[in-house]
Amino acid sequence: MNGMNGTLNLVIGLAMGLNLIALGSSRLPTLIRAMSLQGVLLGVMPLLMEHERLDWRIIVVALATMVGKGVVIPGLLRRAMRAANIEREIEPFIGFVPSLLLGAGGTIAAMALARALPLLPEHAGMLLVPGSLASILTGFILLIGRAKAISQVCGYLILENGIYLFGLLLIHSTPLLVESGILLDVTVGVFIIGIIVDRIQRAFDSLDTRKLTTLRE
Amino acid sequence: MNPLFLIIVPLVGAALAALWPDNRTRPWFLPGIGLAHVGMTFWLFINPPVVAPDAWLGFDPLARAVLPGVSLLFLVCAAYGVTYLRIRSERPNRVFVASLLTILGLLSAGHQARHLGLLWITTEAVTLASVPLLHFNGTPRAFEATWKYLLVGGTGIALSLLGSFCLGYASLHGGGVGDLTFTALTAQGAALSRPWVLTAWVLLLVGYGTKMGLAPMHTWKPDAYGEAPGIVGAILAGGVTTVAFTAILRVRAVIAASGAGAMADHTLLVIGLFSMLVAALFLLGTRDYKRMLAYSSVEHMGILCVGAALGAAGVAAALFHVWSNALTKGSLFLSAGNIRRAAGSPLMDDVRGMAVLTPRSAALFVAGMFAVTACPPFGPFFSELLVVRAGLAAGHGLAIAIFLACLLLAFFGLTRVVFGIVDGRPRPATKANSKNFVETAGVVMPPLLLLGLSLWLGLFTPAILREAWSAAVAQLFPNP
Repeated sequence: MNGMNGTLNLVIGLAMGLNLIALGSSRLPTLIRAMSLQGVLLGVMPLLMEHERLDWRIIVVALATMVGKGVVIPGLLRRAMRAANIEREIEPFIGFVPSLLLGAGGTIAAMALARALPLLPEHAGMLLVPGSLASILTGFILLIGRAKAISQVCGYLILENGIYLFGLLLIHSTPLLVESGILLDVTVGVFIIGIIVDRIQRAFDSLDTRKLTTLRE
Repeated sequence: MNPLFLIIVPLVGAALAALWPDNRTRPWFLPGIGLAHVGMTFWLFINPPVVAPDAWLGFDPLARAVLPGVSLLFLVCAAYGVTYLRIRSERPNRVFVASLLTILGLLSAGHQARHLGLLWITTEAVTLASVPLLHFNGTPRAFEATWKYLLVGGTGIALSLLGSFCLGYASLHGGGVGDLTFTALTAQGAALSRPWVLTAWVLLLVGYGTKMGLAPMHTWKPDAYGEAPGIVGAILAGGVTTVAFTAILRVRAVIAASGAGAMADHTLLVIGLFSMLVAALFLLGTRDYKRMLAYSSVEHMGILCVGAALGAAGVAAALFHVWSNALTKGSLFLSAGNIRRAAGSPLMDDVRGMAVLTPRSAALFVAGMFAVTACPPFGPFFSELLVVRAGLAAGHGLAIAIFLACLLLAFFGLTRVVFGIVDGRPRPATKANSKNFVETAGVVMPPLLLLGLSLWLGLFTPAILREAWSAAVAQLFPNP
């Protein structure tokens, strides 16, 4: 059990490292790659947690996560990126170094904050809660601090990844119906976001959300 | 009758509408399905079924107290939709009609959801289904509004999922077996782990509060309501927001059972008053009469929260207000849509003298404005009076003083804009534009009907409706 916990924590640690890569990178392909790799790692986690009593539903959830978050969604984003012909995030609202520092500080704060919340004995010593909080914070920084629509979508997905990490604590108690419903909603959500990104690109001839400032008081 | 039909019939209707080949006849699906839905809802309203305590989905007292109002609003808007889509025959309406019917089905599911996870799935799906409605006009402004709606709404929904997980973990930590129905969570009561319950409440309030449009998470609302057609605004403001409100009511009951009810009520009161204040201040500044309706909606969501914070009597008043707000706001959105179509601009700087150009819609708009600012004898006056009474009985004198001050400020803000566009002599450009819009019965009767319903609700609140609200309060407050 302890050895397995160690492997799991290693994977969560890797996912947290990918958060920092996502924050510090100015190139969109790197950001998308960090996000998709994080998605694959998230898919591995339920297998690691439940390796002693694997059943078909955990395998289904793990595979769906890996394919959805690791392949399908990044593929959609890459296509949008190519269509809009942008490779780089230039002039973010929050610079790359400040984002990185914020992310690092946030990760430390997440570790401290997670201690304040009581955990069941079988979850003690796991990095799930701090990892989850750190990813949520990373997602928020990207959502607020980036100007390109695709970067903001990546931020939103990293935020979702953080929530998924937290959901792993409840892996025994959430029924398959609920899990698949959540997964379906997220996928449809990204699909719709993709359509809107495409329409914005056509209407404004750009994916720069700084141009979306007509509506204000 | 099985309450599942309330969900299945609109969804099947949506699928059929999506397959229907003819753009001209497709809108008739809206009133057809709407009428069937009203029939079924009111049948269930009069003959409430017994709901098994562990059921994930059921027409329970809370669903019974709210869903018929939403269904009625949808039917009237659907009738308006037929005429509206005939006027807008240049735009394809396949996705529009299918999305509206999907929303009706999902709203029925959301109001009946008695399981934390199922509730989240349905509210998220409602958010996604409303996206195509927002950019129906296809303008860059509409896409901008849709993008903001997706980002702000998506983040709010993500937080409510996290809150749901926290509440689930609170149950697990307290020795629960992972049954996330509201009945099971309430039964666990004080055994729920306190730190997790508090975290869950904050996240769920922020998450579902975003969906309701409470300040400071309301920023999507003016953009979305300002750019979407009036019929969409009516259904979002009167239907979609109510599902988030009942979600908050259901969660509050769990928090109260765990022993943190006073804290929950306190936060609800503060966020409710803050929303009212923010909305009142923006109402004094806005120059766009459709965005004005969005701020008015923020204000009324604040009123609902204040009511929900004031114990059993307050919740009963809030349920009353759900009905009166939905019907009155629906009427305002539809008449504002008519004026917008005739005037060609949403800004009060460009639009004047609509009393001359669209006399019927302008009269409805003014009457609706008086109704929504709680002038007697319309519904909102009586429901807000009950909120004030509940507040005074609970000893919240200061809160009620702020409440009344916000209502007064909102009244000034609304009258300023409404009379600004109704009074005066119309500009030549507005006059020319209004030639393309004819005030037929199809666009005047629906808002008139909604306003009439609001008046009827205020003057003669039916006993069975009062009984339904008390039953819902009894469900939410099992040990008074």
